[in-house]
Amino acid sequence: MPVEIYLNVAASGLLTGLVYGLMALGLSVIFGVVRVVNFAHGEMMTVAMYLTLLLFGALKLDPLVLLVPIAAVLFVFGYLLQIGLINPFINRPEHSQFMLLVAVALILVNLQLIVFGPDAQGIRTAYSFDSFQLGPLIVDAAKVYAAGAALVVAAALFAFFRFTLLGKAIRACADNYEGARVVGLNVKHLYALTFGLGAACVGAAGAMLMAVIDVTPTIGPAYTLLAFVIVITGGLGSMPGALLGGLLIGITEALGGVLFTPSAKSMFAFGLLVLVLLFRPQGILGRKTA
Amino acid sequence: MITRLLEGVPRRGLAMLAALLVLLLAFPLFASGYLLAIGFLILYFAYVGQAWNIMMGFAGQLSLGHSLYVGLGAYAAAALYVHFGLSPWIGLLASIGTCALAGAVIGFLAFRFGVAGVYFAILTIAFAEFARIGFDHFTWVRGSSGLFLPVANYTENDLWNLRGSPRMFYYLMLALTAGAFVLCHALLRSRMGYYWLAIRESPEAAQALGVNIFRYKMYAVVLSAAMTSLAGVVFAFYYNNLFPEQIFHISRSIELILGPIIGGIGTLVGPLVGALLLTGLAEGMGELLLALGVDVPGVKQVFYGICLLLVVMFLPHGVWPPLARKLGLER
Repeated sequence: MPVEIYLNVAASGLLTGLVYGLMALGLSVIFGVVRVVNFAHGEMMTVAMYLTLLLFGALKLDPLVLLVPIAAVLFVFGYLLQIGLINPFINRPEHSQFMLLVAVALILVNLQLIVFGPDAQGIRTAYSFDSFQLGPLIVDAAKVYAAGAALVVAAALFAFFRFTLLGKAIRACADNYEGARVVGLNVKHLYALTFGLGAACVGAAGAMLMAVIDVTPTIGPAYTLLAFVIVITGGLGSMPGALLGGLLIGITEALGGVLFTPSAKSMFAFGLLVLVLLFRPQGILGRKTA
Repeated sequence: MITRLLEGVPRRGLAMLAALLVLLLAFPLFASGYLLAIGFLILYFAYVGQAWNIMMGFAGQLSLGHSLYVGLGAYAAAALYVHFGLSPWIGLLASIGTCALAGAVIGFLAFRFGVAGVYFAILTIAFAEFARIGFDHFTWVRGSSGLFLPVANYTENDLWNLRGSPRMFYYLMLALTAGAFVLCHALLRSRMGYYWLAIRESPEAAQALGVNIFRYKMYAVVLSAAMTSLAGVVFAFYYNNLFPEQIFHISRSIELILGPIIGGIGTLVGPLVGALLLTGLAEGMGELLLALGVDVPGVKQVFYGICLLLVVMFLPHGVWPPLARKLGLER
C-alpha cells in the first residue's frame, strides 16, 4: 500500500483523537479534583449526542453552534449529580463509589434506550461530505472542524484553571482537601463545579462527535472504556496528558484498523494501555503521587 | 478438621445453614423448569461472587475483569470437547490451568510494578477487553460467529460429558457453591486468611509486620481466577453456546460483582444473599412488568439501576451485616 494511505489514516486518527482527548479531559479533571472515577462518562456523552440530534432536528443549527448550549446543559447535570449523589460518597471506599456510578450509568443507558430506541441515528450537516486537500493528505471537513473546536474548548478550560481565581480555588481543593477547608473554601460547591466542568467537556465532545459518527445507546459503555484508556495512557489527573492520550489512542486505533482488521482496532488501544500501566503506571504525563 | 471448622460458629447460624441446604437440595423436586433456571442462575452468581470476593473482600484487590476468567475457563473446556471429544472433567484441568496462569500474569505484572487501586481495576478491564476482541478473531474457536456445543437429548443424564437435564446442572452448581462456601470459611480462619485481611486493611502495616504481601496477593488472584474458571466450564455446558462478545463483555464482569457488593463485601454469606436478591429482583421485575403489560426494552434495567442506587446509598456495607445482626448471628 502506498505511504499516502497511512498518512491519511494517521491524520484522520489524529483529528478524531483530539475530540476523544476532550472527552477524556472531562474524566481527568473530575478524577484529578474529586478523586472519583466517573464510570458513567460515556453514557453522559451519549446524552449529549442525543441532545444534539434533537436540537439539530428542531432548530437546524450546526453541531458546532449547538455545543455551547449542550455543554451548559451537561454542566448543570454534572453539578446536580455531584451535589445530590456523589458528595455524600466522597469518603466512602472506591468500590462503593464505583457501584454508585455504575448504577447511574445503567439508568442513563436504559433511559436512552426507552426514549430513543436501539437504532443508530445520525445527522447530516452541509459539510458532511466535504474534504480538504493538503498536498497528499485528504481530510474530512467535519473532522477538521470538530478537532478545531475541541482545541478551543480545551484551551478555554486550561485558561480557566490557570488564570481565574475560581480555577485556582479548585486546584487548591485538588492539592489538599483539608487545607482547602481550613482556608474557608466551600469544597462541596467547588467539587460540584468541577464535576459540572468535566460534564461540560464531555457534552461539547459529544456534540462535535455527532457530526462524525452515529449514536446508539450502547456506544456509551464503549466510550467510558475508551476514556479510561486515554486518561490512563496520558496520566490520570493530568490535563495535557488527556489530550496527548487522546491523540495517541486516535492514531493507534486508526493505524491498527488499517494494518490489521478494523474490528480489532481497539485491541491496539488496550495493548498500549497495558504497556503504559506496566512501565509508567502514573501515565505518560502523570505525576507520581497517586 | 471438621471440629476445627465448626469451632466458634454460632449454633443458630449452623441450624439456619442446614435448613438452607435442605431447602436448596429439595428445591428441584417442586420447582418448575422456569424456577429451576432461576435457581441455577442464583447459585451461579453466588459461586462466582464468592470467588471474586476472595480477591476483593479478603485481599482488597478490586478486579473489574472477572469475565476474563469465566470466558477463558468456558472456552478452554468447550473447545477441547468440541475438537477432541474430551470430557469437561479433563477439560476443566485446562480451564483451571489457563485461568490460574492468566491470573498469575496479571497479578505479577500489576503487583511487581506497584499498580494498585483504580489503576489495578482498569488493568483487569483492559485484559478482559483484550481477550474479548482477541477471541473475536480466534478462528480455532470460531471467532465472533460463536462456538456451539452439540446438544444431547435430555432424557438421560451423562455426568461424565456434562450432557443432561437442567436439574443435573442445578445440583452441580449447588455442589460448587457449597464447596466454595466451606473453602472460603476455612480460608478466613487460616493463616493466609488473616494475612489477606491485614493486607486489605493496610498493606504498609502488613508489610512492616513481615507479611510477604506480593506472595499473598498472588495467591488470592490465582485462587480466585481458578475458582471462577469452573463457573465458566459449567456455563459453557449449560448454555451450549459461547460468543466472545457476550462472555468477555465488561457488563458480565460488573454483573458478577454486584451480588457480593450488595450482599456485603468480605462476608461469607454476602455473595449468597446478594445473588438471591439481585436475581430475584431482576426476574420479579420482569414478571411484574409483563403482568402490567409494559413491554419496552430497558424499563427493567432502569428499575434495577434505581434499586442498586438505593442499596449503595443506604446500606454502605451491604445487606448481610445488618441482617445478621437482626438474626442474632453477630459474634
